[in-house]
Amino acid sequence: MSDIKPTLKQRFDRWMIRHGRVLVIGLPYLWLFLFFLVPFLIVLKISFATAQYAQPPYSALFQWVDEGVNIAINFGNYLFLLSDSLYISAYLNSIRIAAISTVITLLIGYPMAYGIARAKGSTRNLLLMLVILPFWTSFLIRVYAWIGILDREGLINAALMGLHIISEPLIIRQTEVAVYIGIVYTYLPFMILPLYSTLEKMDGSLLEAALDLGCKPWKAFATITLPLSLPGILAGSLLVFIPAVGEFVIPELLGGPNTLMIGRTLWNEFFSNRDWPIASSVAIAMLIFLVVPIMYFQHIQGKTEDPGK
Amino acid sequence: MNGKRSIFLMSALCFGFAFLYVPIMLVIIYSFNEGKLVTVWAGFSTKWYVELFRDDAMIDAAWNSLRIGLMSATLALAIGTPAGLVMSRFGRFRGRTMFSGMIAAPLVMPDVITGLSLLLLFVTMEQLVGWPAGRGMTTIVIAHTTFCAAYVAVVVQSRLSGMDTSIEEAAMDLGAKPTKIFFLITLPMILPALMAGWLLSFTLSLDDLVISSFVAGPGSTTLPMKVFSSVRLGVSPEINALATLIIIAISVLIIIASILVMRSERQRARQVQEDTGIPG
Amino acid sequence: MSQGANQQDAQICVQTSQPWNDPDGVPFIRFEKVTKKFGDFYAVDDVSLDIYRHELFALLGGSGCGKTTLLRMLAGFEDPTEGKIYIDGVDMANVPPYERPTNMMFQSYALFPHMSVEKNVAFGLHQDGYSKSEIKERVADMLALVQMSKFATRKPHQLSGGQRQRVALARSLVKQPKVLLLDEPLGALDKKLREQTQFELVNIQEKLGTTFVMVTHDQEEAMTMASRIAVMNEGVIKQIGTPFELYEYPNSRFTANFLGQVNLIEGTLVDDDEKYAIIQSDDIGGEIYIDHAVQGHEGTTLWVALRPERLRLCTEKPENTTRNCFAGKVEDIGYLGGLSTYHVRLETGKRIRVSEPNTHRHNEPRYTWDDQVWVTWETGSASVLNQ
Ligand SMILES: Nc1ncnc2c1ncn2[C@@H]1O[C@H](COP(=O)(O)OP(=O)(O)OP(=O)(O)O)[C@@H](O)[C@H]1O
Ligand SMILES: [Mg+2]
Repeated sequence: MSDIKPTLKQRFDRWMIRHGRVLVIGLPYLWLFLFFLVPFLIVLKISFATAQYAQPPYSALFQWVDEGVNIAINFGNYLFLLSDSLYISAYLNSIRIAAISTVITLLIGYPMAYGIARAKGSTRNLLLMLVILPFWTSFLIRVYAWIGILDREGLINAALMGLHIISEPLIIRQTEVAVYIGIVYTYLPFMILPLYSTLEKMDGSLLEAALDLGCKPWKAFATITLPLSLPGILAGSLLVFIPAVGEFVIPELLGGPNTLMIGRTLWNEFFSNRDWPIASSVAIAMLIFLVVPIMYFQHIQGKTEDPGK
Repeated sequence: MNGKRSIFLMSALCFGFAFLYVPIMLVIIYSFNEGKLVTVWAGFSTKWYVELFRDDAMIDAAWNSLRIGLMSATLALAIGTPAGLVMSRFGRFRGRTMFSGMIAAPLVMPDVITGLSLLLLFVTMEQLVGWPAGRGMTTIVIAHTTFCAAYVAVVVQSRLSGMDTSIEEAAMDLGAKPTKIFFLITLPMILPALMAGWLLSFTLSLDDLVISSFVAGPGSTTLPMKVFSSVRLGVSPEINALATLIIIAISVLIIIASILVMRSERQRARQVQEDTGIPG
Repeated sequence: MSQGANQQDAQICVQTSQPWNDPDGVPFIRFEKVTKKFGDFYAVDDVSLDIYRHELFALLGGSGCGKTTLLRMLAGFEDPTEGKIYIDGVDMANVPPYERPTNMMFQSYALFPHMSVEKNVAFGLHQDGYSKSEIKERVADMLALVQMSKFATRKPHQLSGGQRQRVALARSLVKQPKVLLLDEPLGALDKKLREQTQFELVNIQEKLGTTFVMVTHDQEEAMTMASRIAVMNEGVIKQIGTPFELYEYPNSRFTANFLGQVNLIEGTLVDDDEKYAIIQSDDIGGEIYIDHAVQGHEGTTLWVALRPERLRLCTEKPENTTRNCFAGKVEDIGYLGGLSTYHVRLETGKRIRVSEPNTHRHNEPRYTWDDQVWVTWETGSASVLNQ
């Protein structure tokens, strides 16, 4: 009898073979679904609510009134965003600042990534390590480091005045320039790493073939290396651009009171004005703009993980 | 012609690394400044470190952050590892596109959006099911776990797709069951990635300001929140000291980790050599 | 392509004239004591080499012997550590790759993955600023020559290995370089396609009259295609000559071994006359009679190289001669279709390889295992090597 009846272990193995796959997919799927996707739906819902003094500080969308559902959708938040030029200019500003910073990051990061990819063996590993290390150290501290440098009483001004190059301190902190510096500085590793990985994979004989066919070095770079590193350029740029659009810490700490960025606006709506519905509609509006770049990022991320496609 | 190019690349690298490292160096140097002003060097002193350790609020916040970091990193590993495995080894299944979207999107999603949306989720959940009651450590851990899991998944996945499937297939061919293969073959192979993923999650969690600010409650102030509120008012030597400690701790951690990874890689390589009989 | 016929005539004329034997011949490519070091490692060691116009010159050697390095110095991707390289009389020392009159077909083809076949082939012409219509015409001609017109708009990853190789050839030929460099051009092809392509390459070379310098580690390929071959080993050129010269008159055991099969017999020179020489060999257990002078000191150690197909087997001891005749036992037989090889163990224990053609289908094998046989050869068949 007992040799026909499967042991507990065999039963477990069989169960695992049949259901293990579902289990392995299920756990992360459920978690991310619940804590990443569902929240956006809730934000969407609350962006249509009205603010009120209550706990929580917004009106319910659905209410049971006289055995029927009363749906109170309020488009007012979005109309408000459109009518107040503050929000629109915050959007445009964010996009402009993020775009310019991305371009600067690319211009600094590309030659660095190229240089690292050309380096040999242990030098290359060391350089890579040096790029990665700041990425691990605290973001907040790296932004903070610039306060001491760019401030009115900061090191740049102290040095320039000490050398008698200027007599009045320069205002660098609390300008847009400081925000550019902050974004470029903190996001540089995100640009270099994907660039490096495409450049490193590139077959060196392609460049030689171009030279061999009579192409001058700079032209060979433009016609061969540059187009072939496009996936890295795109991945790196998106990794910088998307979070930079919604950046809060950098404009808050380095930018001036009139450096409007949408992440900062959202923060203020939420924490200072305690207007959750408006904050939600700001978030949704930002998402609508970012959805295309995010999906594009996911697309290229998907391509690198599955090159057979 | 080759010379010109390498001179250009060299100077780009020098400039780039100077840009990356000089600000950090300055923070470290000025943490030992006797005076309170950033610009004036008033002599060497460690008094700001002493001051830092007397700051009870700061110490409390640091403990909070460490506890949150440990829990989030461990949970993120538990969720991110299967996710990475699924992405690189499970082929196509229904909902794969959404799955990969939910892994890629947190990497770039602006923090303010993630923070706000999680907060609203927690509020709604509390209304509907009564959990999590209020906001505090639990909600921060959940929030951190979510975005850290995405990083772990990407690290594990890139490690796995860098290795061919033949070893696992060989094990399967020899009759090992999928669970056994995972624990005997796949897990040891991705161990360095798991370590990297955990460390990355730990530092990301330790570092997060924006998301924590949204989902934190009374009594769960984290270190970045504390630092932020003090930094807002300007440079303070105490923060310089703290920054120095954090930078040193993380650098040491990273260096130890990479030495460990390198050693285990070398061991693996040696083992492969022995197995295949190729002399080293 | 209207001058094709004339060029072909000229080509045949040149090939028969053997410029390398003409003391007044002007070399087209000249390596002068060229050395290339990577760190402390000599990849190419003091190589001097002349290549003439319209030649199909092959560099032959084992893996890592420095063939590619030599070719890359010619193309300008590596600078020689010492020595000079001339092409058409011009010192190439400070000429960058993009200004050299050479084009290279890469070992890995190095086709630009983001460009179509057409664009790949047109790339070189674009650099020289030809007009659009001329580029179009020349690309079309070139693709027709390599029979790839049908695939003009495809990307490289949509092509088979053989097709890629043709595109790479077309791309390197379209600029009509003075010298075409080919690094293992057929390495990625299977045997059948390889042989077919070898002939196509030779045809194209004859049609265009370009000087080809080809790297290969396949001796058969070098023999079929090349006008002359340089055999390399560890960065040094061991011998240069026509396929015939290398096969029949190797100057060292290395070349003898590298090209075809050979039996090497060690011995000591005991008698050296104007008309003959005698070598005493303990290896084989007797004297070897050579029908020409060896020009060496008596008593020096030498090696006699005997090609398997120049040896004969007989069951009876041949009556007419007692020279070069050794007894042994058949130990192994290999049937290769066109011929069979016999491994004969001599009384001294030396193994000798003999091959005989199978001229008829129903031939019984003439010898079988353990047959007692005699190995013999004509006195003119042996080469004597002193290194
Ligand atoms: N860039 C380099 N740095 C250091 N050593 C090199 C370099 N390029 C080649 N070598 C060494 O020089 C030697 C000759 O290399 P080369 O590529 O010329 O060989 P090859 O004859 O073409 O071999 P194969 O038939 O395998 O292609 C090799 O031992 C190689 O390891
Ligand atoms: Mg080679």
